[in-house]
Amino acid sequence: MSEFLATIVRGLGSGSIYALLALGFVIVYKSMRVISFAQPAFMMAGSLLVGYLVLSMNFFLAVLLALLLTALLGAGVERLALRPMIGKPVFVLAIVTLGVDIVIRTVVNSFIGLDIRQMGDPWGLQQVDVLGVQVDQRHLATLLTTLIVVAALFAFYRWSRTGLAMRAASSDQEVALAQGISVARVFSLSWALAAALAGLAGVFLATGIGLEQNLWLTALKALPVIILGGLDSLGGAVLAGLAIGVVEAVVGSYGATLHPIFGGDFFLVVPYLLMLLVLLVRPYGLFGTREVERI
Amino acid sequence: MSRPLLYLSYRQDMALLNTGAKRGWTAVLAVGGLVLPFVVQDDLLIVLATAWVAAIGAIGLNIVTGYGGQVSLGHAFFLAIGAYTAAAISGDPDSTRLIGFGITSLPVWLLAAGLVAGLAGLIVAPLAARLRGLYLAVVTLGLVFIGEHVFKHWRELTGGVGVGRPAAVPELFGVQFAVDGAMFTKAQKLYLLMLVLLVIFGVLARNLVRSRVGRALAAVRDRDLAAAVIGVDVTRYKMIAFAVSSFYAGVAGALLYVMIGFVEPGSFNLAMSVQYIAMILIGGVATISGSVLGAVFITLLPRVTRELPAVLPFVSSSPGSGGITVFQVETILYGLLIIGFLIFEPRGLFGIWTRLRTYWKAWPFSH
Repeated sequence: MSEFLATIVRGLGSGSIYALLALGFVIVYKSMRVISFAQPAFMMAGSLLVGYLVLSMNFFLAVLLALLLTALLGAGVERLALRPMIGKPVFVLAIVTLGVDIVIRTVVNSFIGLDIRQMGDPWGLQQVDVLGVQVDQRHLATLLTTLIVVAALFAFYRWSRTGLAMRAASSDQEVALAQGISVARVFSLSWALAAALAGLAGVFLATGIGLEQNLWLTALKALPVIILGGLDSLGGAVLAGLAIGVVEAVVGSYGATLHPIFGGDFFLVVPYLLMLLVLLVRPYGLFGTREVERI
Repeated sequence: MSRPLLYLSYRQDMALLNTGAKRGWTAVLAVGGLVLPFVVQDDLLIVLATAWVAAIGAIGLNIVTGYGGQVSLGHAFFLAIGAYTAAAISGDPDSTRLIGFGITSLPVWLLAAGLVAGLAGLIVAPLAARLRGLYLAVVTLGLVFIGEHVFKHWRELTGGVGVGRPAAVPELFGVQFAVDGAMFTKAQKLYLLMLVLLVIFGVLARNLVRSRVGRALAAVRDRDLAAAVIGVDVTRYKMIAFAVSSFYAGVAGALLYVMIGFVEPGSFNLAMSVQYIAMILIGGVATISGSVLGAVFITLLPRVTRELPAVLPFVSSSPGSGGITVFQVETILYGLLIIGFLIFEPRGLFGIWTRLRTYWKAWPFSH
């Protein structure tokens, strides 16, 4: 039983990383109606920056500074590569973000090199005893941070003026413009937020195991998450992220005992299979808004 | 014939080579393509032959994404299906390690590769009919990951990670294309074979898109609801688009495998899908000749960047010797090209060609 609970906590730990990543995707989608394939690059950039900054300062300070820089990078990318494309079909914008991802990731990879870069976090691989269950400290830290970030984000969207402006711009850009909202600022802010969230996810992903070039593939797991939760639902992203994390962990631990074909690395494709299954029943995910169409 | 651009019927207007200039250029290209293998070195010929194969795949992607408007990031999955179908059909039947049927005739395994991939496309299509826009893009991306997983683990088919299996044997009427012959070298034979296949598949695709099917696909792309209202069966045409596109992908995958000779099951990944997307974007969306241009451009790109260290001293040709490596330059260039083309020339190389053409048509007047 305690082993099962430990699996669940591990799942919640990686699930909260997916949730953070998915939130970034959803924020960009809500503002621009485009899936930003540049998120993996921001994730790598964020954790690489921490890896460098932590050499000369406290870990938490390094994370804050790195997230700030990643946010600036996100806003810069939006201004340079995305802003000229406004009004073009979303497919074209999505491909531009793919190009951005390739460029940034190659630069980041050349800094990472072939070694594994440590984050210098205070948790490492130490375990702690919670109510008789042995869990990794880093998983608890991830879960806790995600909960705080998500709460702050929801409060920001719900109560702040800027959050209101972002919600308005997301439901109708022209009407929002007519109300005096700067939609351009909303775009910048969304990209900055999304990049920072991806960076944060990257830091937690790299705690314990370290940062290496192939880590970016994990960021793509946020894609089934956002599809499952619905592309434009913040709550859906968090729930689906945690759910996929837990399912993945459970399949990883127990799949092999069911049938040999589930063994080994089957858990890697579970998110995608889950996504296909849900989409067969609900084409807009669990919490996504159904598109209303006019001819 | 005194008024070459005066069309008296739709048939004339929609003809394959409806202007004198097109007829002329086609003749020039045909002659040039046939003369090339006898004046160019063998290693460059292999690259060009690979480009022709990539062009077949790009045409397939352009049918579903360019003409049909269904964004597919799953092209690599269908390429893989074609590649392994062909390899299995022509594989050694006595092998205990791998599936093989020993049929080495090129038309047989090529068609089979296309048909199996097309069938896979048909199975995926109902999903596509329900989904729209970027939801579809992500789902097709999911296919690539699931496919990669299956191919890595199905050792009897793919040979497994790091081992692989030999490609299909290209043999037609007793002629072996993959070995040096008395008259032609291996490179020359492969080049000519791929060129002929590209012309066949290119003309077929061109005929498809200028027919009823092509117009229906364009209607679905531009506004699927409006298309349904005017009587286009949207689901049916989306299925046709996916099936045809996957057929092309399967054929291209089989031939690509032949060109490269050895393929790691993990190489049919997202990067490969993106490469094909880049081909049609850089070449020109919803054009057949653009697909070919884009494929040639992307395939030749590594070849060009490999020459860079000689020109630019800060670029090194091997990792670890300081500075940035050729591979990094290549990847960055490739990303920047995608962004640059989309921002500055969304119609791609084909658009540049159209601009040049109109400029010279009216020369010396600006319009």
